[in-house]
Amino acid sequence: MQPLVRTGMNAKAIDQVRYNSIVKATSDVIRQAQIFLPADVKSAIYRAMERETSPVAKSELRNILDNLSRAEEMQLPICQDTGVPVIYLTLPPDISYCTELFDAIRDGVRKATKEVPLRPNVVDPISRENTGDNTGTGMPSIHVRPGCQLTITVLPKGAGAENMSRIAMLLPSEKASIPKFITETMLIAGGRPCPPVFLGVGIGGTFDQVASLAKEALLLPVDTMDPYEQELCDTVNKLGIGPMGLGGDTTAVAVKVKRACCHTASLPVAVNVQCWASRRASVVVPL
Amino acid sequence: MLGIASGIGGGSPVSSIELHTPLGDEVLSLRAGDHVTLSGIVYTARDEAHLLMMERDIPFDAKGAAIYHCGPIIIDGKVVAAGPTTSARMNNLSGFLLERGVRALIGKGGMGEKVRGQLRGRGVYLAFTGGCAALAASRMKHRGAHYEELGMAEAVWVLEFDKVPLVVGIDSEGNDIFNDVSSKAKLQFESLFK
Repeated sequence: MQPLVRTGMNAKAIDQVRYNSIVKATSDVIRQAQIFLPADVKSAIYRAMERETSPVAKSELRNILDNLSRAEEMQLPICQDTGVPVIYLTLPPDISYCTELFDAIRDGVRKATKEVPLRPNVVDPISRENTGDNTGTGMPSIHVRPGCQLTITVLPKGAGAENMSRIAMLLPSEKASIPKFITETMLIAGGRPCPPVFLGVGIGGTFDQVASLAKEALLLPVDTMDPYEQELCDTVNKLGIGPMGLGGDTTAVAVKVKRACCHTASLPVAVNVQCWASRRASVVVPL
Repeated sequence: MLGIASGIGGGSPVSSIELHTPLGDEVLSLRAGDHVTLSGIVYTARDEAHLLMMERDIPFDAKGAAIYHCGPIIIDGKVVAAGPTTSARMNNLSGFLLERGVRALIGKGGMGEKVRGQLRGRGVYLAFTGGCAALAASRMKHRGAHYEELGMAEAVWVLEFDKVPLVVGIDSEGNDIFNDVSSKAKLQFESLFK
């Protein structure tokens, strides 16, 4: 592999040593995300279990919490649908933005697929042929932002919940319909996305941007909600779908919203539905 | 076999009814919403296995059997992950099993009206918490396989359950929690956004 320098004069190329660190860090952070739910997610589910008044829902939430302990004890993935990895990078100014960076991330996904192990979920969209290693054209999806350090964040996403996600290009006059669209998304989803869910909501931007915002909202801590998020969450919970669609107070554990400015004639809204296993993990790569 | 025990996996205070395969008429007295634990031999089957069993034969004694909608990960004879899959995909594929004496279908998300009718006077649908792959792995042992040519996810795996915590989703009198919950959710939505 030839090191390439494409950015500023002082940018470090990704040599073999750095390449290997990125591969290892990617694989390690995927493993972390698959086995351990983040503390804020775990405690939000725990609090929901304590509050829950339906006995059936309470026992479903207990099973979920029990499952989390078993996964940690046995060092096994939380769910057999290990999803597809969505990856967010922050890139410091002294590391070059180059092909090798992306290759190293993809190699890390392949390594994790073998070693965690992950279920190979990535297929050609039309032939449905499985690539066998969770990588392929455009997969994993990698988003890069500037930062001070090289950090890798993974958000593994299962299909049951992802398939229930929706986008709407509302009219500017339909601002009041945002809660309706979000609640309707959950009504249509019912028990299919493995509730209790976490809803990532994007408001504003453009058609493509709003979907990214909705997914990025799932990276936000879920132990606090602002009044708007809390109101959305309470409204969704009035549906009474409950854990696994068996009824109860807890249909959504949290709703998180990310906003961007938009065209004066547009109001894009997207809802990215996440199952109870709201997996995410971050690591700083030592370079 | 049937008994009452207090406490299920995870130290739940909810009392649950202990069931053991092969199942008999005790399933007829279960009601939607009851907590049960299931022990004994259970057979996994997804779409492909149902189709093959219809075409050839059921490779086990169906009388009193329980079918688990699951595509497990089994490595070196060990259950690594075995959470439930969406049962609704088997809505049109389950009648022959119940006619041959199967007493319980296990999965997630519930089943359609057709299956609700086929369960009447015969058996129950038991819901297992979706995504609980590790909990499943800790309470299920691999005891064999049929139709392995279908591949890991689709083969009929013989699993031994050890007090797996389940909820009766549809009972033998046509009570269906999933259906009730979704009807109520629709009404609630209409009243929220008139």
